[in-house]
Amino acid sequence: MNKIKKLTGMPLFLPIFCMILVMAVNIIYDVANGNFALNFFTISIRNGILYGRLIDILNRGSEIAILAIGMTLVVSSSAGTDISVGSVMSLAASFCCMLLAGYGVSSTNELAMPLIIGVLGGMLMGCVCGAFNGFLVANLNVQPMVATLILYSAARAIGLLLCNNMIVYVRVPSFKVFGDYVGIIPTPIIIAAVCIIIITLVLKKTALGLYIQSVGINKKASRIAGIKSEKMIFLCYVICGLCAGIAGIVAASRISSADSNNIGKNFELDAILSVALGGNSLGGGKFRLAGSIIGAYTIQAITTTLYAIGVSTEQAPVYKAVIVIIIVAVQAPPVKAFFKKWSAKRQLAKGGAA
Amino acid sequence: MTFPGVKALDNVDLTLRKGEIMALMGENGAGKSTLIKCLTGINAFEAGEIHLEGIEGAVVNHSTLDAQKKGISTVYQEVNLCPNLSVAENLFIGREPRTKLGTINWKEMVKKAQKIIDDLDIKVDATQNLEECSLALQQMIAIARAVDMDCKVLILDEPTSSLDDNEVEKLFTLMRQLKDKGVAIVFVTHFLEQVYAVCDRITVLRNGQLVGEYPINELPRVKLVAAMMGKDFDDLAAIKTGEKQDFSKAPLVVDAKGMSHKGTIKPFDLEIHEGEVVGLTGLLGSGRSELARVIYGADKNQTGELKFRGKKADINAPIDAMKLGMGLLPDDRKAEGIIGDLSVRENIILALQAKRGVFRLLPMSKQIEIADKYIDMLQIKTASRETLIKQLSGGNQQKVILGRWLATDPNFLILDEPTRGIDIGTKTEIQKLVLKLAGEGKSLIFISSEIEEMLRTCSKLAVMRDGQKVGEITENLTQENVMKEIAGMGA
Repeated sequence: MNKIKKLTGMPLFLPIFCMILVMAVNIIYDVANGNFALNFFTISIRNGILYGRLIDILNRGSEIAILAIGMTLVVSSSAGTDISVGSVMSLAASFCCMLLAGYGVSSTNELAMPLIIGVLGGMLMGCVCGAFNGFLVANLNVQPMVATLILYSAARAIGLLLCNNMIVYVRVPSFKVFGDYVGIIPTPIIIAAVCIIIITLVLKKTALGLYIQSVGINKKASRIAGIKSEKMIFLCYVICGLCAGIAGIVAASRISSADSNNIGKNFELDAILSVALGGNSLGGGKFRLAGSIIGAYTIQAITTTLYAIGVSTEQAPVYKAVIVIIIVAVQAPPVKAFFKKWSAKRQLAKGGAA
Repeated sequence: MTFPGVKALDNVDLTLRKGEIMALMGENGAGKSTLIKCLTGINAFEAGEIHLEGIEGAVVNHSTLDAQKKGISTVYQEVNLCPNLSVAENLFIGREPRTKLGTINWKEMVKKAQKIIDDLDIKVDATQNLEECSLALQQMIAIARAVDMDCKVLILDEPTSSLDDNEVEKLFTLMRQLKDKGVAIVFVTHFLEQVYAVCDRITVLRNGQLVGEYPINELPRVKLVAAMMGKDFDDLAAIKTGEKQDFSKAPLVVDAKGMSHKGTIKPFDLEIHEGEVVGLTGLLGSGRSELARVIYGADKNQTGELKFRGKKADINAPIDAMKLGMGLLPDDRKAEGIIGDLSVRENIILALQAKRGVFRLLPMSKQIEIADKYIDMLQIKTASRETLIKQLSGGNQQKVILGRWLATDPNFLILDEPTRGIDIGTKTEIQKLVLKLAGEGKSLIFISSEIEEMLRTCSKLAVMRDGQKVGEITENLTQENVMKEIAGMGA
């Protein structure tokens, strides 16, 4: 009993538990269909690249994981969500492709300027969008939801404008690499891993994490204690924008084009959900980045599982919603309290019997 | 009832008779607030029963609403109202008068509210937003709300800690009225005089346990303090070192000329020398805190200039002031002091870390060392250094914030009501600490509603009235003189 308590008391218990639950569903499904029970975990090398459902989840989940990093910081510092990240992804992708293809060109086989400029341009565009959001939230005190609603609706349109209302194709191998493979490993996995490592190091080696949480919990008190609260919130939005920019470039590279209307569509919701699934309060304050990252891959695992089971793309959101409701309900305080009571009662009954 | 790692209440009895005022006394963390929370259903208790007049069997309160229905109303230490709603809305929240259609009858509500507050002689407009009222007014309104709910038992958890003498007297009149009507009142306070002014009986708690229940005339002040602390009273009067020092030769630390902040404090001059403790005195809302906030940069200075240790200081934000070696312990602990969801350790090192900058993270071993040092030095009662600060009692939270500033090793420290809501033993310690810091050559501003405290610690008092500094007292520091100055009757 004590061991169970110790386990459930662990900070990352719930997000990890949810992840395991999704995996269990996969195993049951495979067994029921007479497949190899550990089909889900099997990783093989085919055609010189890693292959397997797990790899697919890690690969496809990269964008959400990258977005979840920024979203976690934004939620923590400002007790609000950045709903513009999906649109900003699309804008960053459009800007990047426009730079690489040249304005007004709809398809290109050679780069108009060095690759690095396009990539940095895309990332810079993300930062600019983040700075805009941050300025509204931190300096003008606009509510985060309202402030980011502006770019949520405008960023895609600006992207289309940059691309002259076309889908810009960049059919160049060097650009394709971000959504493709390096050796046997999918590049998006590497990019996501690098982002996670960098932010983890920054949080570990500097006082940024303490500052952000402090501002998120009590802005006024943090200011009196010498933290520039506005600056911290602004910075969080800029980082969130940067993450959206990186995710946008990865997404564009996957399809070798800047499809303004489809890149990053509904990704903001997945990103916000990742943060919540990770056991972080959407009310700001304390945060656990690891939780958000696990949350992000859990969401991708759900999606991939549904497709593997054979649910159609149109119906998948319904099933996804049901699963998310269950996961969120399990984490809700009243349900937690109920289980605590329940286990206490059982223990009492046991004690009585003995 | 247990809090993490600490047993907050252990087998305590409390009896309360109709039409009496009972003082509930004890040091910080003695379990007063916990006992009250058990009575009102905020915390569930693990053992024991509550019995109420007119109700058969044991009463179980699942929530404050439950308790209110049974006639137990509470006004808490820190105001628990909605600052963004109007006074009338706050008074009637959850029980708004309705029209026939079931919508809220606003006119009726405002009218009723105005009558309630007029009856209690509170000077405020019912349609005003609560956040526009001073802390004292908010407290009065919270009491008005509780009183209006026809309660049999009224619990006042340190209602006077943010009121000035005049307002306290009004509150007492009100309490006596209620007592005559048969309401039983539990009164928690740290002000001993107030206990003897209104109460009939005293219940003393210490470390979560009942010390005893005494009729008021059987427990003189000294014995009460002894009962609360569990030891004989360390005489406060002995704090001050006898001779008066002359600071005019010591180097100037703060030299403010014509500083002001629009709407809160009119232009003022203030000089503070090295090793000097300057007190700011005046009624609540007279600009005591505001003056200090302008020097620190919490409110931006708009006119005049500040010289700090002989150099012109440009302060745009608190961090600039901190870099010069200043510190400010704000008066509103909940709103501007504690970071509730962070641990005691993080709260202590926060200001020092902010001063070092984001890239120079204090190593964990150093953080632990600093946290332990101040937990030990200030005798902070906490289960561990990793306990969240919001789980500590009010006085211990205050000590943590004090530790936060001491950790930055300031050479000029502003303490705004550091002793508010703190037990008498700790008050003495803080006053001693102030004098010790001054002895080390640090300069301080000390703000307190209790004039005796300032007389004991300060060598100069600046008198504030209506947002303006109206005078300084350096000679003849006696309570009478200071009162005269505050009231504007000085020579």
